[in-house]
Amino acid sequence: MSDPLLKVENLRVEFQRSDGIVYAVNDVSFSIAPGETVGVVGESGSGKSTALMALLGLLDANGRVTGGHAWFQGADLLKLNRHQLEDIRGRDIGVVFQDPMLGLNPTMRIGDQIMEGMLEHHYASMKQAFQRTLDLLAEVGIPDPPARFRNYPFEFSGGMRQRVMIAMAIACEPQLLIADEPTTALDVTVQMQILALLDKLRRERRMSIIMITHDLGVATNFCDRIIVMYGGKIMETAPLDEFLHNPAHPYTIALFGSMLEPDDSEDWELHPIPGTAEPLLEFPQACPFAPRCSMAQPRCQTEMPQLRLFENEHWIACHRAEEVMSRAG
Amino acid sequence: MPDNALLTVEHVSKRFKVGRRVLHAVEDVSFDLPPGTTLGLVGESGSGKSTLGRIVLRLIEADAGRVLFQGQDLGKLSQEAMRKQRRYMQVIFQDPLASLNPHMTVGRAIEDALIVQQIGTKQERQEMVDEALRKVGLSPAVRDAFPFELSGGQQQRVGIARALSVGPRLIVCDEPISSLDVSIQVQIVKLLKDLQQDMGLSYIFISHNLGVVRHLSDTVLVLYLGRVVEHAPARELFRNPRHPYTRLLFDSILRIPKSSATRRKFVAIPGEMPSPLAPPPGCPFHPRCPIAVDKCKTEPPPLVEVSADHVAACHLAG
Ligand SMILES: Nc1ncnc2c1ncn2[C@@H]1O[C@H](COP(=O)(O)OP(=O)(O)OP(=O)(O)O)[C@@H](O)[C@H]1O
Ligand SMILES: Nc1ncnc2c1ncn2[C@@H]1O[C@H](COP(=O)(O)OP(=O)(O)OP(=O)(O)O)[C@@H](O)[C@H]1O
Ligand code: SF4
Ligand code: SF4
Ligand SMILES: [Mg+2]
Ligand SMILES: [Mg+2]
Repeated sequence: MSDPLLKVENLRVEFQRSDGIVYAVNDVSFSIAPGETVGVVGESGSGKSTALMALLGLLDANGRVTGGHAWFQGADLLKLNRHQLEDIRGRDIGVVFQDPMLGLNPTMRIGDQIMEGMLEHHYASMKQAFQRTLDLLAEVGIPDPPARFRNYPFEFSGGMRQRVMIAMAIACEPQLLIADEPTTALDVTVQMQILALLDKLRRERRMSIIMITHDLGVATNFCDRIIVMYGGKIMETAPLDEFLHNPAHPYTIALFGSMLEPDDSEDWELHPIPGTAEPLLEFPQACPFAPRCSMAQPRCQTEMPQLRLFENEHWIACHRAEEVMSRAG
Repeated sequence: MPDNALLTVEHVSKRFKVGRRVLHAVEDVSFDLPPGTTLGLVGESGSGKSTLGRIVLRLIEADAGRVLFQGQDLGKLSQEAMRKQRRYMQVIFQDPLASLNPHMTVGRAIEDALIVQQIGTKQERQEMVDEALRKVGLSPAVRDAFPFELSGGQQQRVGIARALSVGPRLIVCDEPISSLDVSIQVQIVKLLKDLQQDMGLSYIFISHNLGVVRHLSDTVLVLYLGRVVEHAPARELFRNPRHPYTRLLFDSILRIPKSSATRRKFVAIPGEMPSPLAPPPGCPFHPRCPIAVDKCKTEPPPLVEVSADHVAACHLAG
C-alpha cells in the first residue's frame, strides 16, 4: 500500500456551550491513500462534519482542537496558522458542503467565483483562469458556459449550484476532496448526476475523496472503505467488501436494519433503534452506543471499547465484536 | 368515483402568477383515497407535491376541479362548515420546529388544536393531551417542555400527537421524516404505520425517500411538472414502472450492493427538469426522455390504463 495522503491521529475536538463542553470528536484516527474514496457514515451529531472541518480550520468560533495530528504533505494541518491553511484549502484540498449556498457568494457572478480561487492560489493567470473556468463549467455539465459564466447563484437550480461548488473545489486540481453530504439535499436523479461527475473526476485525476453521508446506499456504492462514527468515535472501519460481508458493530448492524429499500417485502417488520443520540457533555468513559444497544452488558456502561484490529483490515470498537461476528457468520 | 372513497380529487389544477408569467404548479390531477389507506406522492423538487397536499387541505384554493372529502365538496363549504371538517383532516410538516409555536409548551400546543375544534372540557382536554402523547410514544412529562428542549424526533412526535389529538381520518404528511436522523426516521415510519393500523387513518405521504414510500403506500402517484405521469398500486409500480420518468427515478435509487463487484455504475442522466414557467410542448418529459419519438414533441400523451388500476401518461407505454 502506498503512503497515505492524509493521516489523522487521535483527533479531539470540543465545543464550548453555555451549559458546558461538548465532546464532539474523541480520539479519531484514520488515513486515506492517494486515489482512495472513504465514506464516513453515522448518527447525526456523531462528529462527522466536526472531525473533517477541524482539519481545514473551519470549526465554528466556539470549537477547539484539543489534541491530535493530521499529517498532509509532511505538515501537521492542526499546527498550521490560518494563512497557511487557507493556502492548502482550495489548492490541495477542495471542499464541498451540503448546502451549496453556504459556499457561494450570492452577489458575485458564478464565473468570477470560480476564477477567484485560481487567482488567489496563483494557480493560473487571469487569461488562463478565464479559459479554465469555461472548461470547468463544461466539465461539470453546465450547458452554454460563456452565458452561464455571467449568472448569479440564484439563477441556478440546487443541482447546478452543487456542480458549481464542485467546479470551484476542483479548479486547482486538489489531491483530496472533502465532500460533506454533497447530495443529501438533492433529488435522487440529481444525486445520480453529481455522483457520476465525482466518479469521473476521481478516475481521471486519481483524486482522493472523503465523503460524509448518512446514506449507506450512497456510501457503499461510491466508496472503497467505510468509517462508521457514533458519539465522536469511530465504531467500525473496513474495506468495502469486508464491511458488506461482515459488519460487526451492533450500531452498524442496526444502521443496515434502518435502511428501507423499495423492494418487495410486504411483511417487513421494522425494528427501529430505540432512543436518541445526545450530545456528550462529559468525556465519554463508556461505550457511547450503550444506552441504545440491544447487546449492552454492564461492562459496556463502564469501560470504553477500544478500536481493535481483526482480519482483513477490519477495525471494531465493541466489547462483544467476536460474538457479533460469529453470530452473523 | 368509488363510493367508499374518503377523499376524491377531481381534475384539480393550480396556477401561480410569477411576475407577468403563469406557473402551472398542478395540472389536472385526479385520484381517490379509500379510508385506512396511504397514497404516496413522489416527484422531483418543484413537481407540485406540496401544492397538491395544500389544495386537498384547502389551505389554498384550486383554480379548477374539486375535492370531495367524506362526500362533501370542500370548495362549497361555508367557513364554519370547513372549520368543522378540518378536525378530520390534519397535516404534518417536514420541519417540526417551524410548525410548533416556540413560546407554547407541548401540552398547550396540543390542547390548542382541541380548543380550535371546541372539543372537550378543560379536564377532558388534559386527558386527551396525555393520551395523544402516549400514542406517539412520549411520556406525559413532555407536556411541560418547550419545543426547543426536545430532539428533532421528539418534536416530530409532538407534531403527530397534535394532529392525532382531534381525531382525524386523513393526515397529509409532507416530508415528515426528511429532516430526521436515519435511525429516527425508522421510528417515525413505524409509528405512522402502527397508528394507521390502530386507528384506520388515511395518509397522503409526500417523500423523496422512495424506500419509505414503498413501505408505507398502498398506491403511489408520480408527478412531473405538476402532472400525473403514473399512478398504480405501490407493489405494481415498483415492480413494473411503465413511464420513462418513473423508470429514471427508480434507476436512481442506490441499494446496498452485495459486494464491490455489484456496485452501481454511475451514469450521468442528461438534462435538467425544465422550468415550470416554460414547460416543453407535447410530453413535458420529452427533452430528457431516452425513447422519445417525434410525436412526443407536439402531442401531450393522455393518461391511459396500461394494466388493471395502473395508469401512465406516455405515448409508448400503452
Ligand atoms: N458550534 C457548535 N457548538 C456546540 N456544539 C456543537 C457545535 N457544532 C457541533 N456541535 C456538537 O458537536 C457534535 C458533533 O456535531 P457534528 O455536526 O460534527 O455531527 P455530524 O456527525 O456531522 O452530524 P449531522 O449528520 O447531523 O451533520 C454534536 O453533538 C453537535 O451538537
Ligand atoms: N405561492 C407560490 N407562488 C409562486 N409559485 C409557487 C408558489 N408555491 C409553489 N410554487 C411553485 O409551484 C411549483 C410546485 O411547488 P411545490 O412546492 O408544490 O413542489 P414540491 O413538489 O412540493 O417540491 P419540493 O419537493 O421541493 O417540496 C414550484 O415550481 C414552485 O416554485
Ligand atoms: S461495547 Fe457494548 S454497548 Fe457498545 S456496541 Fe458493543 S455491545 Fe453494544
Ligand atoms: S410520451 Fe414520449 S417523451 Fe413522453 S415519456 Fe413517453 S416516450 Fe417519453
Ligand atoms: Mg454534519
Ligand atoms: Mg414540497
